[in-house]
Amino acid sequence: MPDEPLPRAERNAIVRDSLGVGVATGAYGVSFGAVSVAAGLSVLQTCALSLVMFTGASQFALVGVLAAGGAPFSGALTALLLGTRNTLYGLRLAPLLAWRGGRRLAAAHVLIDESTAMSVTRPTTAAARVGFLTTGVSIFVLWNLATLVGAVAGTTIGDPRHLGLDAAVGAAFLALLWPRLTDLRNRLVALVAAAVALGIVPVSPAGVPVLAAAGVALLAGVLTHGDDPTEFPKARR
Amino acid sequence: MTWTAILLAGVGCYLLKLAGLSIPARVLERPVVERVADLIPVALLAALVAVQVFAHGHTLVLDARAAGLGVAVLLLLVRAPFLVVVFGAALTAALLRL
Repeated sequence: MPDEPLPRAERNAIVRDSLGVGVATGAYGVSFGAVSVAAGLSVLQTCALSLVMFTGASQFALVGVLAAGGAPFSGALTALLLGTRNTLYGLRLAPLLAWRGGRRLAAAHVLIDESTAMSVTRPTTAAARVGFLTTGVSIFVLWNLATLVGAVAGTTIGDPRHLGLDAAVGAAFLALLWPRLTDLRNRLVALVAAAVALGIVPVSPAGVPVLAAAGVALLAGVLTHGDDPTEFPKARR
Repeated sequence: MTWTAILLAGVGCYLLKLAGLSIPARVLERPVVERVADLIPVALLAALVAVQVFAHGHTLVLDARAAGLGVAVLLLLVRAPFLVVVFGAALTAALLRL
């Protein structure tokens, strides 16, 4: 793998693009903070989620399940299942980023959708590391600040329903899902999963319908063939 | 209970990230495993949208949240940024409840 120093112009371009993604993504920590306190979590619990879990979809899922009256255990399990995609990102990025020891331990914390997207297509280790770190660290800082702002604001505004925050959660999940709906199989899986979840809402404890939808993914994965065109391109090795 | 769930899931999510950077790629790079892992976020997010918008306790309802979701779809179709989509849906629901 080529590993010569990165030309200044290329480095600056990667940093600029990564910071743009970082600012845009970090800012929506405000909506997570507000939604989380509306779901009944304290400001401290909300901030702990952003600091420790630090992967947006899982965080929204945990508070979404709790808001619907689900058991904390169901919320945690849903968050973990959503977190498995970061494992796949890591598998793709490991040979490209080529970090060992303490640096790998630290890098793992900011391994999320956006830091993967901004590094996995880079041709060299140096370029990939710049994209990964600039995106990951800028999102980490801004996401946590924005979470605190949203959570504090959320505690002062009273009934979240008056502000439509319950509708905001569904919209947030849809916005996270949207980029994955570009091919027919994913659309079908999404429709069937939604139908299965709604179908068992009347007869199961809160939190269970969402977990049952994971079964749809399992079945579809086992029964279908072919690559998923929406996944990130493989890292060049 | 809530704290336990937050910390367990938080540490678990970190370990899932670390595992990806640490496990030799060939261990998980079987097509079936990869397909299932790619489809799990799709299925879970779709189910979360459905339950969040159409469920109220154990009953299914059509209320202001559905209108909010409709607005979210329109905003996503015109490629609006994440925050615009989320607050557009919230605003729609809030206005309908006035």
